[in-house]
Amino acid sequence: MAQTRLDRNEQINGWAFVMPALVLLGIFMIYPILWSLWMSFQVGRGNNFSFGGLANIQRLANDALLVQALTNTIIFFIIQVPIMIVLALLFAVALNDATLRFRGLFRTILFLPCVTSLIAYSSLFKSMFSNDGIINQALMSLHLVSAPIPWLTDPFWAKVVIISAITWRWTGYNMIFYLAALQNVDKSIYEAARIDGIPGWARFWNITVPMLKPVILFTTILSTIGTLQLFDEINNITQGGPGNGTMTLSMYIYNLTFRMMPSFGYSATVSWVIVAIVAVLSIIQFMIARDRRRGA
Amino acid sequence: MSLYMLRRTGVYLFLSLAAFLSVFPFFWMAVGATNKSTEIITGKMTPGSNLVVNFQTLLSQVDLWRVFGNSFLIAIVSTILTLAVSSLAGYGFEIFRSRVRERIFQLLLLFLSIPFAALMVPLFVMISRAQLTNTFTAVILPTIASIFILFYFRQATKAFPSELRDAARVDGLKEWQIFLFVYMPTMRSTYAAATIIVFMNAWNNYLWPLIVLQTPENKTITLVISALTAAYTPDYGVILLTTVLATLPTLVIFFVLQRQFVQGMLGAVK
Repeated sequence: MAQTRLDRNEQINGWAFVMPALVLLGIFMIYPILWSLWMSFQVGRGNNFSFGGLANIQRLANDALLVQALTNTIIFFIIQVPIMIVLALLFAVALNDATLRFRGLFRTILFLPCVTSLIAYSSLFKSMFSNDGIINQALMSLHLVSAPIPWLTDPFWAKVVIISAITWRWTGYNMIFYLAALQNVDKSIYEAARIDGIPGWARFWNITVPMLKPVILFTTILSTIGTLQLFDEINNITQGGPGNGTMTLSMYIYNLTFRMMPSFGYSATVSWVIVAIVAVLSIIQFMIARDRRRGA
Repeated sequence: MSLYMLRRTGVYLFLSLAAFLSVFPFFWMAVGATNKSTEIITGKMTPGSNLVVNFQTLLSQVDLWRVFGNSFLIAIVSTILTLAVSSLAGYGFEIFRSRVRERIFQLLLLFLSIPFAALMVPLFVMISRAQLTNTFTAVILPTIASIFILFYFRQATKAFPSELRDAARVDGLKEWQIFLFVYMPTMRSTYAAATIIVFMNAWNNYLWPLIVLQTPENKTITLVISALTAAYTPDYGVILLTTVLATLPTLVIFFVLQRQFVQGMLGAVK
């Protein structure tokens, strides 16, 4: 009898503690997600919805702008993520060396960009990369280019600006994951490799990278999800231009919903493209995490 | 030995170049805040005497104190509510286990990486139907329940010693008292790390406030920077000054609480 009352108390307390979060998540996450699924089958403008069946999905298949946004996102991802991860790894390995001087200072400085807000740093980059801005000035005074590079008015160079900006902002962030992971790597492995005369680069590729593989995969997926949601920088630096050259999925959804003739149904459909990609990535991530747990 | 020295020098050069690139935009921002827009555009890199003028221009264009007040109010209220709701739930899921709640928790993890873009449209319709557009409530409400932070607290709670809880029970404390007077003080560092993350996110939040907040007197600092940058003839002196002002609070938090800051970043996604 006393036992069951105790059980019931546990139950009541259990629900009481989690209830505020569950109610809020239900209203502001689960419900909107389900609604957006329903919305994605609706056609019409503004608040006039009607059921359109698969009309939105057909529109999806013929949407050149969507294809462009997807292509841009993939370009950002394929070029930016490897650069950033290799740099972050190199920083982490260099800073993991206990004999290095000014380690703390270097670590702090390299991490510093993570402190800025996405909007603040993208304004900063916009001003640095403007046509007669400091970057062009520097390049020209070093005689690396003879005419200013059209950073923000050419689709190719605009992509370069976005990629540089994101790399600046996030490399230090990835670095701290690798630094944390390196601290768990057994130092004696490196000692043994060094005694065997294995050179530094080979140690990096054959010991460090395989050891950190789970973290590298994890941060890769995290960065990919981040790229899929890229909005603040784009909206602030290029607004998706020039000629949709930096249009991303999130920017496109925002435009569909709030800029062009609002068509909530179709923007919900496009948002499910992101959900689908993120879901696939999350499943991969989950499987990696499971393998890791099993391996450990 | 000389090869070693050579390699060492290479490492230092590499790190110094990276450090330079890392810091340069900060330097550019600080110097730019003191220069005229025309000087900034032509690449002047020495401190100027235009800081006061930039400040006056900014003050004439935006109600700066109000904007800062809005940002702080939103960030502080969001942080308090998020921490309260998420730590209660993280504690609840970990301490009082039941099969149903375990299922719910696993279900929540599925929603962990739902992109905001997918929620934005229905949320906007919900907020406008509830006639909450252009209110801080609309900015704050959808961000309170964070699965990330909830998960973070549940993970941290695993390290909360059960002896403490048993002892408190023997002393006759109720469950909410245990949470308030035993758990919360014990988990100070977890709260500190979570505070930094949530505050930063709220302070830097852009897309959702951009959608919801419409009138100038309700704008946050990120919205103001974005509007200044989007101007037809942007005044870079004013823009860079504003970015300095917007970055200062997070910079101060970082330097004062560096350890918790990094811990929070690592922990919030683990």
